[in-house]
Amino acid sequence: MTDTTATAAHFQAHEEHGHHHDADHKPGFFARWFMSTNHKDIGTLYLIFAICAGIIGGTISGMMRIELAHPGIQYLNHWAGVVSPTDPAALHLWNVLITAHGLIMVFFMVMPAMIGGFGNWFVPIMIGAPDMAFPRMNNISFWLLIPAFALLLGSTFVSGGTANGAGTGWTVYAPLSTSGSAGPAVDMAILSLHLAGASSILGAINFITTIFNMRAPGMTLHKMPLFVWSVLVTAFLLLLALPVLAAAITMLLTDRNFGTTFYDAAGGGNPILYQHLFWFFGHPEVYIMILPGFGMISQIVSTFSRKPVFGYLGMAYAMVAIGVVGFVVWAHHMYTTGLSVDTKMYFTAATMVIAVPTGIKIFSWIATMWGGSLTFKTPMVWALGFIFMFTVGGVTGVVLSNGGIDNYMQDTYYVVAHFHYVLSLGAVFSLFAGFYYWFPKMSGKMYNEFLGQLHFWVFFIGVNMLFFPMHFLGLDGMPRRYPDYPDAYEHWNAFASHGYEVMAAGMAIFFVNLVWSLLAGKKAPDNPWGEGATTLEWTLSSPPPYHQFETLPVIADDHRH
Amino acid sequence: MRQPCVHGVNGGEMKTLKTLLLTLAAMPAAAMAQDAAAGSAAAAPAAPAPQLYAPTPGIGQPIPGSTGIQPQVTELGKQALWMHDALLMPIITAISVFVLLLLLWVMFRYRKGANPVPSRTSHNTLIEVIWTLVPVLILLVIAVPSIKLIAAQYDTPKADLTVKVIGHQWYWSYQYPDNGDFEIVSNILSDEEDKKRGEPRLLGVDERMVVPAGKVIKVLTTSDDVIHSFAVPAFWTKIDAVPGRVNETWFKVDRPGVYYGQCSELCGAKHGFMPIAVEVVTPAQFAQWVASKGGTMPGAKPAEPAAAAPAASSAAAASPAVPAPAADGTAEKPATTSQPATQNTTPPAQN
Repeated sequence: MTDTTATAAHFQAHEEHGHHHDADHKPGFFARWFMSTNHKDIGTLYLIFAICAGIIGGTISGMMRIELAHPGIQYLNHWAGVVSPTDPAALHLWNVLITAHGLIMVFFMVMPAMIGGFGNWFVPIMIGAPDMAFPRMNNISFWLLIPAFALLLGSTFVSGGTANGAGTGWTVYAPLSTSGSAGPAVDMAILSLHLAGASSILGAINFITTIFNMRAPGMTLHKMPLFVWSVLVTAFLLLLALPVLAAAITMLLTDRNFGTTFYDAAGGGNPILYQHLFWFFGHPEVYIMILPGFGMISQIVSTFSRKPVFGYLGMAYAMVAIGVVGFVVWAHHMYTTGLSVDTKMYFTAATMVIAVPTGIKIFSWIATMWGGSLTFKTPMVWALGFIFMFTVGGVTGVVLSNGGIDNYMQDTYYVVAHFHYVLSLGAVFSLFAGFYYWFPKMSGKMYNEFLGQLHFWVFFIGVNMLFFPMHFLGLDGMPRRYPDYPDAYEHWNAFASHGYEVMAAGMAIFFVNLVWSLLAGKKAPDNPWGEGATTLEWTLSSPPPYHQFETLPVIADDHRH
Repeated sequence: MRQPCVHGVNGGEMKTLKTLLLTLAAMPAAAMAQDAAAGSAAAAPAAPAPQLYAPTPGIGQPIPGSTGIQPQVTELGKQALWMHDALLMPIITAISVFVLLLLLWVMFRYRKGANPVPSRTSHNTLIEVIWTLVPVLILLVIAVPSIKLIAAQYDTPKADLTVKVIGHQWYWSYQYPDNGDFEIVSNILSDEEDKKRGEPRLLGVDERMVVPAGKVIKVLTTSDDVIHSFAVPAFWTKIDAVPGRVNETWFKVDRPGVYYGQCSELCGAKHGFMPIAVEVVTPAQFAQWVASKGGTMPGAKPAEPAAAAPAASSAAAASPAVPAPAADGTAEKPATTSQPATQNTTPPAQN
């Protein structure tokens, strides 16, 4: 998509001529990793953090799947240290698990990996900038996540009412989260969200400033790689949505601790107000989690088709449209709360509209491949898996958008299946695609292609076994957030739990590949993907010099799109 | 399929009773015959509660290994089920298969071995317009029946009965403002009790929400602690119970039987253990049940013997064709002794 006068050779020349040159002057270990202002190092920190959080969040889902494999309570009481399976402490633990799984995966795995990790690593490089606009703010964005995560994990050791931990669900609905949960656990979880939100707002400001002000000469907005476009749109969503979440959960805190009644009807408040505020944030949030994935998939599909992205402007503005419309559909999460008939009709119609730009993206990816010369390296295989699985998750979203149909589906496993198809098979597939795509660039080592392909197939089979039967459970009426279920649901629950085992085996392959590649991987060339990889990161060495683009690259004025 | 049955009687009588309950209104003679069997129970001092319907496998409860929506017993549910099964499912399946085939085709046709030199095409306005407009048209096809469905769901007919549903941590209670405003409290049964009564585990309750068949039931939901959600999949009904607010929905079920649901909004530790069981009974049985709870039918004067039952439903309600009370169907509070006498004086009526 872009030509540049800066070449990898240019930078390697710098390295050869002077070891003390600024381009590769790294600080000492502590200063480098704990006081970092370098976007690549901060990106690496974010990725390490996201992987650790993902291990914890994934382990929790394993606990949930083993408990749900068969009817009855088999494990919760043992984990909770009580005798009776129906002890409220055991059942409360279930709610703590679902809450932690949701919050960890959303705020501490997907968001840090997508935006903090890949965004930090590649947005500056792709626009030809030496670093982010506010390097120190970048650092505090990352380090705010550590106390945020510590607060969330710590909340499981203090009282949340019935027993230890916050058992409110990731949505933290009032009044369950106010009068319904005594004890400091929920306060800690709320403060955790405050810190994670502040971290994301600072990051969003940083990305917007960087993208608007630090593009290399010739890099107009309409020449930016689509991944940069996706992070730009995501940053605006973060900037506009997170303050609303902050306000909503601050009012939770004051309702809990200072006697206000924002969400208490007895004092003139309204519990539904919380849901409106939460979902005004929460719906853009789901696009925050998937848009950077869209960007990555566009880069990868283009690279391995050896073709420019089809319909570049349509792709960029489809993301803008998704972002804009994403702000006016929130109440489709609230169809059963007692909305008025006109409200419900409006949100049904508005929600359906989102299918149009999403369809444009799906078809444009296929059109990018059409006429291409496709190679099926690991990142491409993950990207292809993403496109199909995201389509499946998308069409069930069209079903759920119908307010009249959602009366049946709301809060059943159909919804769980839907959002895991767009997140666990959508966002997570794009994360793996991006990870394999950029791993050689970030580490300077090639990953193992066989293990990468094996990881894909095992994981693909596992997550489909895990999540597809949840559609059936939802259609049969099984409610979400249940530690035990009527025996009729056993068949598909047991099947799904086996799917988790397969998925976990896939993850084991990933970690073997990761360790093996870091220790013994072949040295990666500057551009392992060939002529299809046209963005600026492939003009740099692998890994890139500590400071890149001391001489700014100039983007040629081509007319390819 | 439409075979509500009474449990708590011996197997030999089951079939007869099923038929009886279905044809009760049309066959007063048979009903009278049944009455003889129930005679001893009717002589008990407290108003007898009607027997519990035994659940019908496959209706009103989840189906083992099912891949589809539970059978619907309301008109709205059937309309919504049609929309899901006949409209949405074919469309989304077709779209998914279409995308999959396109993907497989490009993977095969444009693999490097088959197409070593990539094209540089990156625009085609016509195709971009098509893949924008065709989804819009598909969505319009979906939107029209979807909006109609929502309109129908909100178009509450004149209610024959209002039931106030109140969520609590962790049980439901049901108030009958049209029937003297009595309240019943509905708690989950233990696994052993479920087994004993032949109810699905985790779905059985000690006191069901009882409503008459063929009548428009207006449901008002609220909560006295956190948010709960009143859901009965077989009715296509789900409405949140929110403290400080009253939400409204409605249903009309013609088929007598028991229909299960579960709380559908996270409400704390025992969220998974506050099931909903709605028992749809004949109007006659409903009146009898109301009496057994110490309530009154609209217009009926409880204290006066031989009160003329004005409304058709009240007349039916007074049918003496009452089965014996189930072993567990104890009234929450004892009814006045005068009530059974009142009821028994009215002849069975058709309705």
